[in-house]
Amino acid sequence: MAVKYTQEHEWITTEGDIATIGISKYAQKQLGDVVFVEVPDAGKTLAKGDEAAVVESVKAASEIYSPLSGQVTEGNGVLEDQPATINGSPEGDGWIYKITIGDASELDSMMDATAYADYVAGLE
Amino acid sequence: MAALEAIVPGDLQALGDGQIRYTMLTNEQGGILDDLMVTRRGDHLFLIVNAACKDADFAHIGANLSKGNRLELMPERGLLALQGPEAADALGRLAPAARHLDFMTSDTLHIGDIPAIVSRSGYSGEDGYEISVEADRSEELARMLLDQPEVKPVGLGARDSLRLEAGLCLYGADIDSTTTPVEAGLLWSISKRRRADGGYPGASVISGQIENGVSRKRVGIRPDGKAPARAHTEIMDMEGSVIGEITSGGFGPTVGGPVAMGYVSTEHARADTGIYLSVRGKSLPARVARLPFTPHRYIKS
Repeated sequence: MAVKYTQEHEWITTEGDIATIGISKYAQKQLGDVVFVEVPDAGKTLAKGDEAAVVESVKAASEIYSPLSGQVTEGNGVLEDQPATINGSPEGDGWIYKITIGDASELDSMMDATAYADYVAGLE
Repeated sequence: MAALEAIVPGDLQALGDGQIRYTMLTNEQGGILDDLMVTRRGDHLFLIVNAACKDADFAHIGANLSKGNRLELMPERGLLALQGPEAADALGRLAPAARHLDFMTSDTLHIGDIPAIVSRSGYSGEDGYEISVEADRSEELARMLLDQPEVKPVGLGARDSLRLEAGLCLYGADIDSTTTPVEAGLLWSISKRRRADGGYPGASVISGQIENGVSRKRVGIRPDGKAPARAHTEIMDMEGSVIGEITSGGFGPTVGGPVAMGYVSTEHARADTGIYLSVRGKSLPARVARLPFTPHRYIKS
C-alpha cells in the first residue's frame, strides 16, 4: 500500500496486517536536530491517540500519539543510539515503530502523498 | 550609585566609568525580583532588565529612589546580541574600537553611521557584544551585522542551550522571588564590602545564609543516558526520596549530551553525587555536575 499521512505529520505504510509508523520530512525539519527518541516496546498495546513515542530535539520534546490501534511488534532500536537517523532518513531508516493493524478503517481518513503535500504547503 | 545600592546587593560604587556589573533586585526575604546589568555612564547608571519583569522593576525602582535621583525609561531602544568567538572580527570591521573594549565594559560607538551603546558582555558564555540602539535603526543595524561573513541569525533555542551550558541563570526558571543569591550560587556578584555593610532588601537573610549555609543549592546535572530532563523534572536521591527539581534542562550541543540545572538539598550538592531524575514516569540515573558545563570563553585583558 502507498504511504499515508496524518495531520499530525506521521507517515504510515502497511504490509499485510502490520503498519510501520514514523514522522514526515516536514516534521523532522520543524523539530530540528533530533537528540533523543523513546520508542515503544514490542508487545505494548496502543489505542489510537495513545502516546506511543517521544521525539526530542534541541528545541523541544514532542510526543508521538499512535495514529492506529494495535499491538506494537517492534520499536526501532537504532534510534536509541542514533536519534539523528530521523533527520537523515525520516521516511526510511528513521521509522519509529511497527504495529498490528487492529482497525483498518482508521486508515481511511488519512491523506495520500499528494493531499499531504497540499496540506503542508498550506502550513508554510 | 548609593541610590541604587539601596535596592541591589551589587557593588556599584566600585564601578569605573563604562564598567558593567551583573546584580539583582532583591526582596526583604532575600529573594530575587529580577537580575540585571548595570553600567556606569558618567553620572548615570544604565540598566538592562528582563523584558518580562520590566513593569514591576520600574515601579519598584521608582518607588525606592531617593531624592535627587530619577529613573528614565528608554522604550524607544532595541537590544541586539552579537555572540561568539568571531564577534570581535565582525563588529570590529564596522566599529574598530569594539575590538578594544574590555569584557564587562561599555562605550558609545558608531557602527557604520549608527550610534549605539556597545557592551562587551552577553548571555552565551562566549565572547561577544550586547548593542543598544535606537529602535528605528535596529533593523538596519541587524542587517548590517548579518552582512558580515561570520554572522548568522539565531533564535531563542540556540541562546538557551548556550546559556545553559555556560551555567547562566534564566530569570523565572533558575532564579525567582523564592530563591536567594546564596542558594543560586550567585554570591560572586556580592562584594566583600556589600556583604559586610548590607543596606539592601533581604541583606540580613542573605548574610545569615552566608554564615550558616543554605538548605538547598543550585547545581549542574548530567543525566547518564541520552534523554534530556527538562524544567520541573523531580530529582530524587538514591533511595528515591525527592530532593529537588530541575529548573532548566535540555540538550547541550557543545557537551554533546543532555544537561540541566536545578536545586537539590545541600547534602546532595557535591559534584558527582548520584541522583535520579523522574522523566515520564521512569527514574533515570544522573550525576551532580560542576557548572559551567563548557568553560566560559570571555576575552579578558
